[in-house]
Amino acid sequence: MNIITTTLADAPARAPAHDLDHGHDDGSNTVLGFWIYLMSDCLIFSSLFATFAVLAGNFAGGPSGRELFDLPYVGVETLLLLISSFTFGVAALNMYADQSSKVIAWLAVTFLFGAGFIGMEIQEFAHLIQEGAGPGRSAFLSAYFTLVGTHGLHVTAGLIWLAVMMHQTWRFGLDGVVRRRIACLSLFWHFLDLIWICVFSFVYLRGVL
Amino acid sequence: MFGKLSLDAIPLEQPIIMGTGVVVALLGLTILGLITYFRQWKYLWVEWITSVDHKKIGVMYFGLGLVMLLRGFADAIMMRTQQAMAANGAAGYLPPEHYDQIFTAHGVIMIFFVAMPFVIGLMNVVVPLQIGARDIAFPFVNSLGFWLSAMGAGLVMLSMWVGDFAATGWVAYPPLSELGLSPTTGVDYYIWSLQISGLGTTLAGINFVVTILRMRAPGMNLMKMPVFTWTALITNILIVAIFPVLTATLAMLSADRYLGMHFFTNELGGNAMMYINLIWIWGHPEVYVLILPAFGAFSEIIPTFSGKPLFGYKSMVYATAAIGVLSFFVWLHHFFTMGSGANVNAFFGIMTTIISIPTGVKLFNWLFTMYRGRIRFHTATLWTIGFMVTFAVGGMTGVLLAVPGADFVLHNSLFLVAHFHNVIIGGVVFGCLAGMSFWFPKVFGFTLNEFWGKVSFWCWLVGYWLAFTPLYILGFMGMTRRMNHYDHPGWQPLLIVALVGVCIIGAGIVSILIQLAVSIRDREKNRDLTGDPWDARSLEWSTASPAPFYNFARIPRITSLEQHWDDKETGRAGVRVAIFEDIHMPKNTAAGFVIAVFGFVLSFSLIWHMWLFAAVGLLGMIGTFVVRTYNRDVDYDVPAPTVARMEAERFALARKAA
Repeated sequence: MNIITTTLADAPARAPAHDLDHGHDDGSNTVLGFWIYLMSDCLIFSSLFATFAVLAGNFAGGPSGRELFDLPYVGVETLLLLISSFTFGVAALNMYADQSSKVIAWLAVTFLFGAGFIGMEIQEFAHLIQEGAGPGRSAFLSAYFTLVGTHGLHVTAGLIWLAVMMHQTWRFGLDGVVRRRIACLSLFWHFLDLIWICVFSFVYLRGVL
Repeated sequence: MFGKLSLDAIPLEQPIIMGTGVVVALLGLTILGLITYFRQWKYLWVEWITSVDHKKIGVMYFGLGLVMLLRGFADAIMMRTQQAMAANGAAGYLPPEHYDQIFTAHGVIMIFFVAMPFVIGLMNVVVPLQIGARDIAFPFVNSLGFWLSAMGAGLVMLSMWVGDFAATGWVAYPPLSELGLSPTTGVDYYIWSLQISGLGTTLAGINFVVTILRMRAPGMNLMKMPVFTWTALITNILIVAIFPVLTATLAMLSADRYLGMHFFTNELGGNAMMYINLIWIWGHPEVYVLILPAFGAFSEIIPTFSGKPLFGYKSMVYATAAIGVLSFFVWLHHFFTMGSGANVNAFFGIMTTIISIPTGVKLFNWLFTMYRGRIRFHTATLWTIGFMVTFAVGGMTGVLLAVPGADFVLHNSLFLVAHFHNVIIGGVVFGCLAGMSFWFPKVFGFTLNEFWGKVSFWCWLVGYWLAFTPLYILGFMGMTRRMNHYDHPGWQPLLIVALVGVCIIGAGIVSILIQLAVSIRDREKNRDLTGDPWDARSLEWSTASPAPFYNFARIPRITSLEQHWDDKETGRAGVRVAIFEDIHMPKNTAAGFVIAVFGFVLSFSLIWHMWLFAAVGLLGMIGTFVVRTYNRDVDYDVPAPTVARMEAERFALARKAA
C-alpha cells in the first residue's frame, strides 16, 4: 500500500504523459475517486458480513460450517490469493522501474494465481452443492454462498481487468494512463485480499472452531 | 429464448393501462416524428445524448425528473380519486391488484426518478460553477450515471405495459416481495430498475465528492465554499455510504427470488427483519440526501433576495454535517412497532428527536438572514418562505412520530403519509423548484416568467395544505395507509377535500409547464446579458449567462466566502480578462449512452428470465467499457483565440445591455 501511494505522488514527474499534464487532472483525482469507490464497495461487503453474522446460526436442520468446511483446502486457496498479492507487488515495483515486459510477466503470474483461487472456489462450491449443501438449503448457506461468491465475482472482475492491463501495457507501454490504471487495479487487488482475510477469519475459522 | 415473456404479458384487458399506453405511444411517435421532420437527430446526438458537459447533463436530469413527476402525479391523483370514491362498500374504479401497483409505483417514481434526478440535476448544474471549476472530475462517468438512471426510469414506465409492477409498497418488504407471495415480474422490475439507477447514483456520488474535494478554485478552502456546495458534499458522502447497502439488500432479495435462497423468506431460517433493517439503513439517510441540497438551494436564495450575507455560515456548515452523521442513527424509528424492546426504541426515539436540533438551527439562520434585509419577493423567495412554514410543521409532526409511544398509535396511518409528504413536498420539491427558478438563467441565458412561477407556487402551497391536512386528521381517526376501500362513512368528506387539494397541486404542475413554454416564447425579452440577474453573491454569477461550455475563461482566485459580491463591492467584478490561454476540455462520448442501453437490455432480460439476452447485455456493458479504455483521444484544447472571441462577444452584449 505504502509503495503505491508514494510512487503515485511522483508518477507525473516520471511520466509526463498526455493525460497527466491536464490543467485539471494530474491523475490523482482518479486515484482518489477509486479509493472512494473501494470504500463504497467495502460497504457492500459489510452489508453481506452483517447479514452473515445474523444468519450464521440458522442451519434449518441442515449442515453447519463445522461439517462442511475443509480448512486445509481453504488454507491453500487463501495462500494462492496472498501470493497473488505479492506477485502484484513485484509487478508494481517493475512498473516503477519502467520494465514493461517484466510488468506484463508478473501480471500474468498474478493472473494465474488468481485464476487458481477462482478455480478452487468453483470446485468447493460444486462440491458443496453436490453434497446437498447448496445455497437454497438454509439461510446460513445462502449467506455463505452470497458473501464468498460476491468476493469471487470481484476477483473474476479483477482477472478480466488484469488481462486488459497486460494487453494495454504491451500496446501502449507504461504511459501515464496505464500506470494510473495499474495503480487502481493494484488497490483493487489488495482490497480483495483484505476482504478475503475477513472472510477466512469470520466465515471459515469461526465456522469450524 | 424469451424466458417468461410472451404476448400475455401485455395487459390488453385493462382499459386504463392500455388507454394510457395509446396516449403515451401517440405522444412518443409525435415527438419522434417532429425530431425527424425538423432534422434534429444529429443535434440531439451531438449536443445532448453524447454530451459530457455538466450543465447539459444537469438539465437532462432535471428534464427526466419533470417527465417522471407527471407520471408520479398521475398515480397520485388516481389514488386520491379511488379513495374519494370507494367508501361504504363501493369498490371505486381501481381493482386492488392495480391499486397496489399504483401506490408502489408512485413512491418509487417520486423518490428515485423525480426527487433524485432533481437533486442530482441541480448539483450538476451548480456545483462546478460555484467552485470555479470547468467540468466535473469524471465527465464520462457523469454521462454514464445519468443514462443509467434514465434507463431505470424507462424500465418502470415499461412495466406498465409489459408485465406488471411490484404491488408491495415502495420499499418492498419481504416476505410479501418474495417469490411465493409475489410470483409475477413486478418485484423484478422493481429490483432491476433500482439496481441500474442506483449504480448511476453511486457513480454520481463518487464523482461529486472528488469534484468538490479536488477541483475548487485556488484559494477556496472548505470554509470559503458556498453552502449549496457544502450540502452537496455531505449529500454525496451519504450517497456513497448508503447506496451500496441498497445494492446489497436488493441483491440478496434477488438471490431469494432467482436462486431459491433464504435470506428473507419465512422458511429455512430466513429473517425478514434483516431486510427491513438494511433497507432503512439506506432509506433514512436517503431522505437527507434529498433534503440537504434543498436546504443548500434555500441558503443561496435567501441571502440573494434579502440583500444580506447568510446568517451563521459556520453553524450552517456544522448543522449540515451533523445532520449527515445523525442520519445514520435513526433508521429504527421506521419500525418501532416491530418489537425491538423499550430500550432500543428509546435510543432511536431520542436520536430522532436530536436530529431536529441542527435542522432548527438552519431555520433560524434563514429567518435571521431575512431579518432587516431588503427582501425581494421573487418566485424563488416565495418558494423559500412557503418551505419554511410548511417544513416547520412537517418537522414537528416528525418529532411527534419519533416518540415511540405515539408511534404505536400512528404507525402506518395516514398521519405518517401526511408527515413525509409534508417534508418531501414542502422541503425537497419546493427546494428544487426554487432552485430551478433561481439558476435557470445561468443555464439558458434567460429568466423564467414570474407570473406563472407565482401561480405555480400558490397552487402548490394551497394544494399541498388542502391535500394533506385532511390526511393528518384521518390518521388521528385511525385510517391506515394504502387502503383500496373502506367502510367508515366519516372518512369520505375528508378524502374528497384531499382530492380537491391534489387537483390544485395538479394546476401547480401545469403552471410550471406553462411557465416554461411562456418563458421560451418570450426568451428574447428576458435575456440575462449581465450574467447576474438577481444581484447575487456566489461565483456562478460572475460568468456569463448562459455559462460558456468552459464555465470560466480564467479560473478565478478566491479570497473570500462571497467572492462575487466582494468583487462587485470593490469594482473587480466584470473586469475583462486580458490574456487568454488554451482551455483543456473533455470530448463528447457515446460510451455512457451505449453502456446504459446494454444495461437496459440486461435488466429487462433478467426480469423476464431471458438468459441469452441477459448475457448479451452484460457482455455489451463490459465490452463497451473496455473498448472505451482503449480510446486515448478523450480530450482536446480550446485554442486561446476562440476563447478570446467568445469572451469579446459576451462583453459586447453586456455593454449593449448596460
